[in-house]
Amino acid sequence: METFLGIDYPTWWFIVIGGLFTGYAILDGFDFGAGAWHLFFRKEGSRRIALNAVGPVWDGNEVWLVIGGGALFAGFPVVYASLFSALYLPFMLFLFFLILRAISIEFRSKEPMLWWRKSWDRTYCISSVMLAFLLGVVLGNVLKGLPLDEEGVIHISLLEVLNPFALLVGATTVALFMMHGGIYLLMKTEGKLFDRIGQLTKRALIGFVVLFSVVTLYTLIYIPHLSDRFKESPVLFLVPLLGVLSIANIPRLLSKSNYFGSFIFSALSIAFFLIVIALELYPVILWSSLSHDFNMTIYDAASSTRTLRIMMGFVAIGAPLVAAYTFFVYRTFRGKVRLDETSY
Amino acid sequence: MDVEILSRIQFAFTVAFHYIYPPLSIGLGLLMVIFEGLFLKTGNKQYETLARFWTKIFALTFGIGVATGIVMEFEFGTNWATYSRYVGDVFGSALAAEGIFAFALESGFLGVLLFGWNRVKPIVHFIATVGVFLGSLFSAVWIVVANSWQQTPAGYHIVGEGLNARAEITDFWAMVFNPSSVDRLLHVWVGAFLAGAFLVLSVHAFYLLKGKHVEISKKAFGIALITAMLFSISQLFLGHDSAMGVAENQPAKLAALEGHFSEEGPADMYLFGWVDKESQTVTGLGVPGGLSFLLHGDFTEPVQGLESFPESDRPSQVNAIFQFYHLMVAIGMALIALSILGVYYLWKGSLFQKKWLLWIFVFAVILPQMANQFGWFAAEMGRQPWVVYGLLRTSDALSRAVTAGQVLTSLIMFFLIYSILFLLFIYLLHKKIKHGPYYKPMIDERNLQRNISSSFLSKPK
Ligand code: HDD
Ligand code: HEM
Ligand code: HEM
Repeated sequence: METFLGIDYPTWWFIVIGGLFTGYAILDGFDFGAGAWHLFFRKEGSRRIALNAVGPVWDGNEVWLVIGGGALFAGFPVVYASLFSALYLPFMLFLFFLILRAISIEFRSKEPMLWWRKSWDRTYCISSVMLAFLLGVVLGNVLKGLPLDEEGVIHISLLEVLNPFALLVGATTVALFMMHGGIYLLMKTEGKLFDRIGQLTKRALIGFVVLFSVVTLYTLIYIPHLSDRFKESPVLFLVPLLGVLSIANIPRLLSKSNYFGSFIFSALSIAFFLIVIALELYPVILWSSLSHDFNMTIYDAASSTRTLRIMMGFVAIGAPLVAAYTFFVYRTFRGKVRLDETSY
Repeated sequence: MDVEILSRIQFAFTVAFHYIYPPLSIGLGLLMVIFEGLFLKTGNKQYETLARFWTKIFALTFGIGVATGIVMEFEFGTNWATYSRYVGDVFGSALAAEGIFAFALESGFLGVLLFGWNRVKPIVHFIATVGVFLGSLFSAVWIVVANSWQQTPAGYHIVGEGLNARAEITDFWAMVFNPSSVDRLLHVWVGAFLAGAFLVLSVHAFYLLKGKHVEISKKAFGIALITAMLFSISQLFLGHDSAMGVAENQPAKLAALEGHFSEEGPADMYLFGWVDKESQTVTGLGVPGGLSFLLHGDFTEPVQGLESFPESDRPSQVNAIFQFYHLMVAIGMALIALSILGVYYLWKGSLFQKKWLLWIFVFAVILPQMANQFGWFAAEMGRQPWVVYGLLRTSDALSRAVTAGQVLTSLIMFFLIYSILFLLFIYLLHKKIKHGPYYKPMIDERNLQRNISSSFLSKPK
């Protein structure tokens, strides 16, 4: 197999996709989190400020999903096909809530009527929560393993998709994103609203820690194959440890009013947890719950080396560009939110 | 109904709905670049007001375009799993390129375009507008390349057999520049420019008729009219190129477009008509041997008809394909006539007194939209029964794990949410038009945000 810097192309592409989905989780994660808090803010002014904190950036954040989806399609078409058709309804619901979230941000402030704004506020909040939850549910199923048969087709009912483990991972994801989104809002708000978000964020942090511990225990007891690699090479425990330390660092930084620092660490913790998952899976990308012989590895699923090589080229050119636009936008809109005529 | 029919209906419905908005975004993007460019050049505030007004409407079309586009991307995996496995190597890279190069560019600058008027210098704002416009052009590039590859595959080989067969790229550039991509891309772009130009024409014609925002509307109308004329004429030639390409690469599709059945023999060209599949005749008004003449310069030269293909390799909806194609061409002609007439009166100086003509422009906004939809329907239905022309059949492309009940559920869901979306779109569009373009200076927030352009364009002082 051809390699680049000693690593084969499917592995490179696994890393690229991991990077893209991590970027998506970090960026749209705070949008979902901020949205999930929306109904906790009572005043019209507060809601608008919270909405405009994500206003100029949410669309760019969503592009990470578009790129991630395209990258999965291109690099591992078999996974893209099997997973998405198997989890048909969850993915359709995800799309449904993505549309609802987009239009509620877009339309909420276009009319002054109370009923109008209230309905969109509810839609925005519910869809943000559901999006975070559904991402967690899909992740939970991927971790637990799906009934993948020898032809690479997965037959699963909705009820099986909504198994306790997946629901638990879903709830954990919601808590994580609410903490992350809360911290983002702290950077963007002032005054009473700011104080309120400070309290709420702390609660989310505690909720996340509790749920995360339960998920970890559950995994160790019921899904032993996920911890095999860690048992073989205990050094790897460093990664989850770093994740936990990042979380632990957040309250410390918050108490020092270092909000940007807290945000960076909550982003890092998301990244570390996703790296843990990548380490648990690799080189398998879809676990089969029927038989480990049917597991789909990245080598089974990958496109041709030529395609992967071409796309590495795209990434090499595209990634700096994307980083540059992202930097430009966040820089333009940095600092506390101020409402003006162009605001939502 | 079975999974195949439902999935096809769902795909056609969601992509056709999506395709209402991207052409508007691309076309309005072009006009926004022109308006803002003129403002920078002349310093005339009217152009700035126009740019701002159309940016707001752009925001609306763009927002819905994004929301509905993501559905399209994931539908390949959810509903067409076998297809995705088959073409992933080829198609996936085009889609990934679209994400990295196009959508990121678009969305990156969008924030500045929409919210940055008073936060960055005018020139930086203009760069953002151009960035968004280029991004929308690029996104059309990759998606049309991907679709063109389905129509005229090139630069690949097939590995594996039966259900595990898949196409692999052997030559990336041959894949990108497959025989139909350039023709179709230009045709799609220009179709989008027309959609944008006619929306601008419609709204400003309405203002002129109502005597509102008169000065500014005259300017906008003139600019959009000339844009419309140039592009509607180009569209005729680009469409002709596409037709020549279809004749060469997809003869069965061409035969369906003109309702030409007989195996050997000259083909007619119709202005309009009705195809009867049973008796294999077309009733209508046309030029006998016209298609033969167009393709070969000779009215008697034979053209391959549907009869020369086995029943199982022909598109089945011949009449529908014929009608969509002919409606598109008829609309194309109407747009040329209308815009030339408009430019003629503009040149004579009497355009803005011609109320009847302005009224026609108010309603003409629907025409390019229809032509865009009909064009895709003709092109995509003419490709049947193949998903990838000559390689993979639509009926083999489905997801095996998905049931009809699931697709029906999602179809109903899309139908409901898209209906709401469409009503909201019309309602808000109407509201923005009623509100109108107006000039109101905004509080300059540049110093608050510390002029960000300084870090990009000049050295910090
Ligand atoms: C002629 C151009 C064209 C065509 C044929 C299509 N699109 Fe589209 N699409 C655009 C031009 C476009 C656009 C103008 O670039 C949009 C509108 C708003 C936007 O962000 O980009 C867009 C949005 C858009 C988005 C959201 C991007 C974002 O979040 O910014 C996705 C994922 C797709 N499209 C995917 C598709 C797929 C899978 C199509 C094929 C079936 C498709 N589009 C047809
Ligand atoms: C955006 C404008 C487009 C419109 C309005 C459109 C229209 C349609 C229609 C009407 C069908 C159903 C055909 C039938 O079942 O008879 C269809 C199917 C399909 N189209 Fe398109 N299409 C568009 C763009 C694209 C693009 C850009 C792609 C690929 C990149 C694409 C790929 C497909 C696929 C995979 C199917 C389903 C399988 C099939 O029936 O062939 N379409 N489209
Ligand atoms: C004026 C005469 C026109 C001719 C002769 C013409 C010709 C064609 C042909 C032959 C196709 C099929 C291409 C294929 O299947 O590969 C096509 C597709 C299409 N047409 Fe036209 N067209 C004309 C006008 C228009 C106009 C005015 C618009 C829109 C404003 C338009 C929009 C489209 C679109 C969106 C498609 C589908 C994309 C594609 O396949 O290129 N056309 N046209």
